[in-house]
Amino acid sequence: MEGMSLSEWGSIIAMQGFAGISLFSVLLLMALGLAIIFGQMGVINMAHGEFMAIGAYTSYMIAMFVESYAGWFMDYYFFFAIVAAFFVAFLAGYAAEYLLIRHLYKRPLDTLLATWGLSLILQQILRSSFGAREVSPPLPEWLIGSIEIAEGLEIPINGLVVLGLTAAVTAGVFYLLFKSRWGLRVRATTQNRVMSGAVGINTQKVDRVTFALGCGIAGIAGAAFTTIASTGPTSGSLYIVDTFLVVVFGGAASLLGTIASAFSIAQAQSIMEFFMNGSMAKVLTLLTIIAILMFRPEGLFASKIRK
Amino acid sequence: MLNVNNLTVSYGQSEVIHGINFEAKPNETLAIMGRNGMGKTTLFKAMMGILPNGAGSVAVDNKRISGMPSHQRVASGLAYVPQGRMIFPNMTVKENIETGLETSNHKTVPMEIYDLFPVLHDMRHRKGGNLSGGQQQQLAIARALVSDPKVLLLDEPTEGIQPSIIKDIANVLNQIRKLRNITIVVSEQVLSFTMAIADRILVIDRGRIIHEDLRENVDTQKISRYLSV
Repeated sequence: MEGMSLSEWGSIIAMQGFAGISLFSVLLLMALGLAIIFGQMGVINMAHGEFMAIGAYTSYMIAMFVESYAGWFMDYYFFFAIVAAFFVAFLAGYAAEYLLIRHLYKRPLDTLLATWGLSLILQQILRSSFGAREVSPPLPEWLIGSIEIAEGLEIPINGLVVLGLTAAVTAGVFYLLFKSRWGLRVRATTQNRVMSGAVGINTQKVDRVTFALGCGIAGIAGAAFTTIASTGPTSGSLYIVDTFLVVVFGGAASLLGTIASAFSIAQAQSIMEFFMNGSMAKVLTLLTIIAILMFRPEGLFASKIRK
Repeated sequence: MLNVNNLTVSYGQSEVIHGINFEAKPNETLAIMGRNGMGKTTLFKAMMGILPNGAGSVAVDNKRISGMPSHQRVASGLAYVPQGRMIFPNMTVKENIETGLETSNHKTVPMEIYDLFPVLHDMRHRKGGNLSGGQQQQLAIARALVSDPKVLLLDEPTEGIQPSIIKDIANVLNQIRKLRNITIVVSEQVLSFTMAIADRILVIDRGRIIHEDLRENVDTQKISRYLSV
């Protein structure tokens, strides 16, 4: 690495930083769903990664269908795929809540096992239906390639699109949570479940929709994921650990914390990966997080209101 | 308006409410008095569906509500101001009141609520958790009132609140009753507060009702004796 000028170094850091932005986008979308579900009903959803995989495969199937039967639609299918990925994951989440999770609310530790079991089942279903090999949907042409911002500094278009998508979804979640009726119900239930029922909120219904929505957002993460990496039955479970880190590090009750922590974890990982191998980068990131959590056990952004 | 028939409530194996019967008439304010640990809060929680009841039944406006989850009881006309107020600490005052709109026809907080509690209007953008105890109590009453209840349950509304605010709360409750024509059931230990609002007083002791008086001919000495430890 000798003989590189300062501007070359700058470009490398910027480009690695941008690679980190793609990771940040997927982590943030995953963590948003996980954090909402955990905050709302205290359920740690081990199957969250599989809902992301469901979204990714939905996007893949739509891409394959469009490529074979409706080539003219190829340029636009991605937007349709995002919406479809959301709805398929939403419905899957709704069913999972109705059939499994709601029977276990009084046993939070058991939900951990149950959702882990669910994750294994879903993985096997995906493997049986799509095969163990990783798949990549054909991308529309405008998503491929990169923009050259300055000399030696190229930014991939798919990364930009995924970032834009993440920003839109995050803004949407914020709006829903803080401005809508549904958000009011969710925040009330998160703060005091018993009292929420006693003011007239149907907390069971709120739980179900919230769980489904969290899974739907993971589905969007899956659709975004197909543009930056190939999808396999276990793709989701590869991300689940990082996603948990993001939620814990950010402080489970704070969405701002989730964003900040997704950003710092993704950037740290991606920039360090350039200087050492991937596993060392991961070890260093983990050590740093553990050290910080020792001093701030409630995460980066803990709630400061007296209860 | 509110009928409680032979209600029993147990914590596990131990029964703490032993077959309570009472009725609160339309537009009546009924006080249930008793020392700590005599079952007032348990009774209120059971009426609200927070605790399951054993035998017996609860009915609002001749409609049986026992067995329903809490939110359906609210939809049937019951509203609840719990002991300790239980406002949502991380939400603003306005949002706290809005949670009570779930079962009402209003879309936004009606202005008359702020007329009753001007301090809540001034503080509507503050976090509920940052209010004083008295303000939180008013907030909890406002939140219960916006659901347009037929029966308002208040569990120890004066607990931990300074005397001047207690007087305000009594005034507001009398005003609400005049304006809304609703039934109020309140659990209390403070006799002066009860005398300021109630038409009838029941005394509960170890899960049973042991005494009943109309306000006009209340025997304050006798009731004080029941309330002293």
